[in-house]
Amino acid sequence: MGVAVIGASMTKFGQRDAWIRELLSQAGEECLTDAGVAPDDVEHLYVSNMASGEFEGQTGIMNLLAHDLGVLPAYSERVDQTSSSGGAGIYEAWQSVASGASEMTLLVGGEKMTHKTTGQATDIIASITHPDEYKHGVTLPSFAGMTARHYLERFDAPRESLARVAVKNHRNGVDNPKAQFQKEITMEKALESPIIADPLRLYDFCPITDGSAGLMFTTEERAKEITDEYALVSGIGGATDTHVVHERDDPTVMGGVVESSEQAYEMAGLGPDDLDVAELHDMFTILEFLQLEGIGVADQGTAWEMAMDGATAKDGELPINTSGGLKSKGHPLGASGVAQGVEIYEQLVGEAGPRQVEADTALACNVGGFGNCVITTIMEAAE
Amino acid sequence: MTLEAGMCSNGHVSYPTHPLCPECGEPQEETFDLADRTGEVVTWTHSTATPPGVREPNTLAIVEFDVTDIDDASDEFVRALGQVTTDEVETGDTVEPVYVEELRNPDAGIKVPESQDWDGYRWDPV
Ligand SMILES: [Zn+2]
Repeated sequence: MGVAVIGASMTKFGQRDAWIRELLSQAGEECLTDAGVAPDDVEHLYVSNMASGEFEGQTGIMNLLAHDLGVLPAYSERVDQTSSSGGAGIYEAWQSVASGASEMTLLVGGEKMTHKTTGQATDIIASITHPDEYKHGVTLPSFAGMTARHYLERFDAPRESLARVAVKNHRNGVDNPKAQFQKEITMEKALESPIIADPLRLYDFCPITDGSAGLMFTTEERAKEITDEYALVSGIGGATDTHVVHERDDPTVMGGVVESSEQAYEMAGLGPDDLDVAELHDMFTILEFLQLEGIGVADQGTAWEMAMDGATAKDGELPINTSGGLKSKGHPLGASGVAQGVEIYEQLVGEAGPRQVEADTALACNVGGFGNCVITTIMEAAE
Repeated sequence: MTLEAGMCSNGHVSYPTHPLCPECGEPQEETFDLADRTGEVVTWTHSTATPPGVREPNTLAIVEFDVTDIDDASDEFVRALGQVTTDEVETGDTVEPVYVEELRNPDAGIKVPESQDWDGYRWDPV
């Protein structure tokens, strides 16, 4: 059964006064309105969230959201796949409609993080690592630092290429009113910012963020009855890589990106050359290179050249992260994968405003942990 | 205390150990100690934004141990992640494991201290 996306929503990302309940409700309500769907038409409700219990002490948030939206007696479930919870929510929502189990599925992703100190938030996220990694005080940024050093040394890539990713995504974020940072940065600023995990500096990392985003899924037939503007989920894939990062054969290959994108391309009957725009999980600048290579857009060890050439800029041959990416938009864990979906949906239905590029085919790649779980989604514009 | 690597009947080696070999699914029935070997630094970082209870900066490295001398091993090397004893380290350095009773303060982080071990090995450049 063809699966369509007929509505999208996103709260302002950033440092918010709202707690998880209000963030989810706001995105949920706006998504119902955007799709023109009544709460009691929703048959499945998925809530993507990594750690509301750890961050805020609030658990059972699918019930809380069902209560606040009046989405009853829908099947409801919280989806946790760490940083790729949002992508996993897209996967579950797609499955629910594709299988015939649901004709109308609402997905809302959200996270409330900024009330914790950076150290506390880093620790909650680091607790996803294997105990033999965690005891050494490893953090997700430190994995990024070790991987970036290996990449730069092995492929003789210039340090500036990583800063170019940050500068580009900040430039794109200027046009996104929902982004945490709507300001450009210079190469000097990126290259002189404080070291966080050598060779990576502050501007190689996404911020800590509160926010929520929503997507409405239905069958292609139903979508046609409801609206002229919808997108089709034509391919999707999900995969898991080793829990222990150093066990991977090649430290510069994210197996989950390779596997999930191959599944998505195969389902869609498409390849990397068919993409018009993509959202990649730039939690760290180096990840944009690993994903460009993993999804087959660039050969191994060459994605940095695309950053240097401007090929991934909004006016380049394949615009990457027109939303501003996690880098400038922010990264409220459970919301991020949903927000990637929101951006590619808006690009495909022509609602991206000043960020709009010409696009019939779009891809989103949502990475959990340090590549531990990955979901790749391909959407196409309805003809 | 050992720096214990696991090996299955097909000679696949891993650190840390797995109940079932990630290569072939056979049980890892053998183990051996990496603590008396030297390894080579594959990559490293100085992590400065560290969580509560973790030293700052926290210099970490992924190290590769040659295991070609192990009878029946079909893998040539095995890697391990660990803290480095010093902030002065480079890719390609030879290091030896040094035992440490507490790698971080177990009471300061989000985990229940009793839920896991906190001792282990740091890499000391030779
Ligand atoms: Zn084996």
